Amino acid sequence: MDFGVDGKRAFAYTAAHHIDAAKPTIVFVHGAGLDHSWWGLQSRYFGYHGFNVLATDLPGHGRSAGPPLESIEAIADWIVRLLDAAGIKEAALVGHSLGALVAAECAARHPSRIARIALIGATYPLKVSDAFLEAARRNEHTAFDMHTLWGHAAGVPLGSNPNPGMWMLGDNLARLARLAPDVLYTDLKACNDYAGGDASAAKVACPVLFVLGSRDQMAPQRTTDRFIRLFKSARTVLQPGSGHSLMAEAPDATLDALIAFFSTETAQ
Amino acid sequence: MPGPKYPGFDTLALHAGHTPDATFGARAVPIYATTSYVFRDSEHAASLFNMERAGHVYSRISNPTVAVLEERVAALEGGVGAIATASGQAALHLAVATLMDAGSHIVASNSLYGGSHNLLGYTLPRFGIETTFVNPREPENFRRALKGNTRLVFGETLGNPGLDVLDIPAVAAIAHAAGVPLLVDSTFTTPWLMKPFEHGADLLYHSATKFLGGHGVAIGGVLVDAGRFDWEKSGKYPQLTQPYAGFHGMDFEEESGTRAFLLRARREGLRDFGACMAPMTAFQILQGIETLHLRMPRHIENTRKVVAFLAAHEMVESVGYPELPQHPDHALAKRLLPRGAGAVFSFDMKGAREGGRRFIESLRVFSHLANVGDAKSLVIHPATTTHYRMSDADLKKAGIGPGTVRLSIGLEDAEDLIEDLGRALGAAKRGAKTA
Repeated sequence: MDFGVDGKRAFAYTAAHHIDAAKPTIVFVHGAGLDHSWWGLQSRYFGYHGFNVLATDLPGHGRSAGPPLESIEAIADWIVRLLDAAGIKEAALVGHSLGALVAAECAARHPSRIARIALIGATYPLKVSDAFLEAARRNEHTAFDMHTLWGHAAGVPLGSNPNPGMWMLGDNLARLARLAPDVLYTDLKACNDYAGGDASAAKVACPVLFVLGSRDQMAPQRTTDRFIRLFKSARTVLQPGSGHSLMAEAPDATLDALIAFFSTETAQ
Repeated sequence: MPGPKYPGFDTLALHAGHTPDATFGARAVPIYATTSYVFRDSEHAASLFNMERAGHVYSRISNPTVAVLEERVAALEGGVGAIATASGQAALHLAVATLMDAGSHIVASNSLYGGSHNLLGYTLPRFGIETTFVNPREPENFRRALKGNTRLVFGETLGNPGLDVLDIPAVAAIAHAAGVPLLVDSTFTTPWLMKPFEHGADLLYHSATKFLGGHGVAIGGVLVDAGRFDWEKSGKYPQLTQPYAGFHGMDFEEESGTRAFLLRARREGLRDFGACMAPMTAFQILQGIETLHLRMPRHIENTRKVVAFLAAHEMVESVGYPELPQHPDHALAKRLLPRGAGAVFSFDMKGAREGGRRFIESLRVFSHLANVGDAKSLVIHPATTTHYRMSDADLKKAGIGPGTVRLSIGLEDAEDLIEDLGRALGAAKRGAKTA
């Protein structure tokens, strides 16, 4: 569904449903260089189970007009303007990687609009290696390779995909190949430059869920553990064997963790 | 800092798509001979049917053994995924049926496998899909044949049986300028000789019956998508970009982006046409793929020796192999097929029909049959077998003469193959003298 944000096209997948003010809303925020379809299974589930779903294409990604936004704070504010455009007063946020930083920042900046946040493959600081950043700045294919290989558990290139018939790495590469130049670099730089994680985490008052992969190469356990402790309280679900791309590598387990998290919300 | 590294081709050929099962640790890919899969509960069942969870429901749509083959071929080709089908022809039909309706048009190379020519030239017109066949040697022919309702450009990486090398980069550029994808039949080359997606093709398929399986024991096909074609931007594929009443109003492109084509092909094409692959077949083809990287070099090595022998033989009029300098696609083959121009080729014998008959019936190592890409060497006379439905004019357009013989070079000792051919050519020569 298309929305107008800042006078530009902003697309969000709604699982073929209209927005219903009587339903709770979940906004899915993708990671660097990706788009709404990364949440295919999880967003579709909630769209057909009593929730409004807005699986966003951030500016400059997927079907949303560019340019990409240059900071985590700017994206967090954009999410609230998207809620305004959709006529939604309050929503839960589910964010992956860059999207997880956005979700935490958004909950800290706009506590009256964000009911709870689920942070998937999340860590802070989310430092990007110089080689990765430079390859992305040059729009070199090597950046796509780094994104793809480091974005999955080391065994994924040889392992089997829970989604029958699909090759996970090829799918990731094909998504990145559709990006306009500089989009991946802008995203990675936003992650790398983000300095507000400590302060934002401390401000977050809503319920928080972390869904993490035990073999995540992008979110090292040491920094992730520290990030979790910055929140007043947070539940953590660890997916054994999974890497950074939990929605693809462990789709059912990730969905189950979200269902449990949001079931408590609807019960409240 | 060194960049990340993907597993190599040989490793993917042996491993991609499979991890040993958690219950028994079976190292080989298990053959899941089951039609269906037990749901955990009603909610789980509903979620699987509505594509909210990944998994298998019914083996016409997907099967764990078949899924290993699909993922492995996709990994070897560099695609987003694949769908295994009952045959190579079923893969071609699935691609066409997913992309177009009655009233659509295809531009295809005229150097095609006879079965593909039949499908496009005779069968699909009954369903309102027309094809214009063009000589692939001049890529501009594809552009000239495009129409407003063209929805697919199609050719073989190595045209059957004259071994025209498809100039994939040039033809892909022409197709893309028209907002249309390029589909290639990659059967003769396999990903070991060429990866068409790296040259611009959008979709490809294999008759996995041939070199992928490699042992002549199973019929199957695999359709692979590069995931790069932008269906939304093209605006010519409502099948992928508009809500589909046959699957809960799903807009496949909106739903899945890079996976839109395969999603519709599986959720509609396999569901409704039903040309799926059996798990035993998938296992047999997987066994072949595990040695593809060992077999293909030997196929090429033997082929080069046989080609050299035939090219120098007094009974041979010409040999159509792109590695020979006189082949019209020699330069293109060097560019696109540096590892070799395949192991299937044709040659023209002197002495016409009677000589041809004597030649084929005198062979002892080569088997006379309708297949290619076997570990064993094969021979056939296209004008009376694979292409017999084609008119003389169409045969000529496809580069086939009455004395054309097609060979598929296997993995035997090259010296034995050459001896066999030499003896048979001698018999043909004696036949020519007495005729």
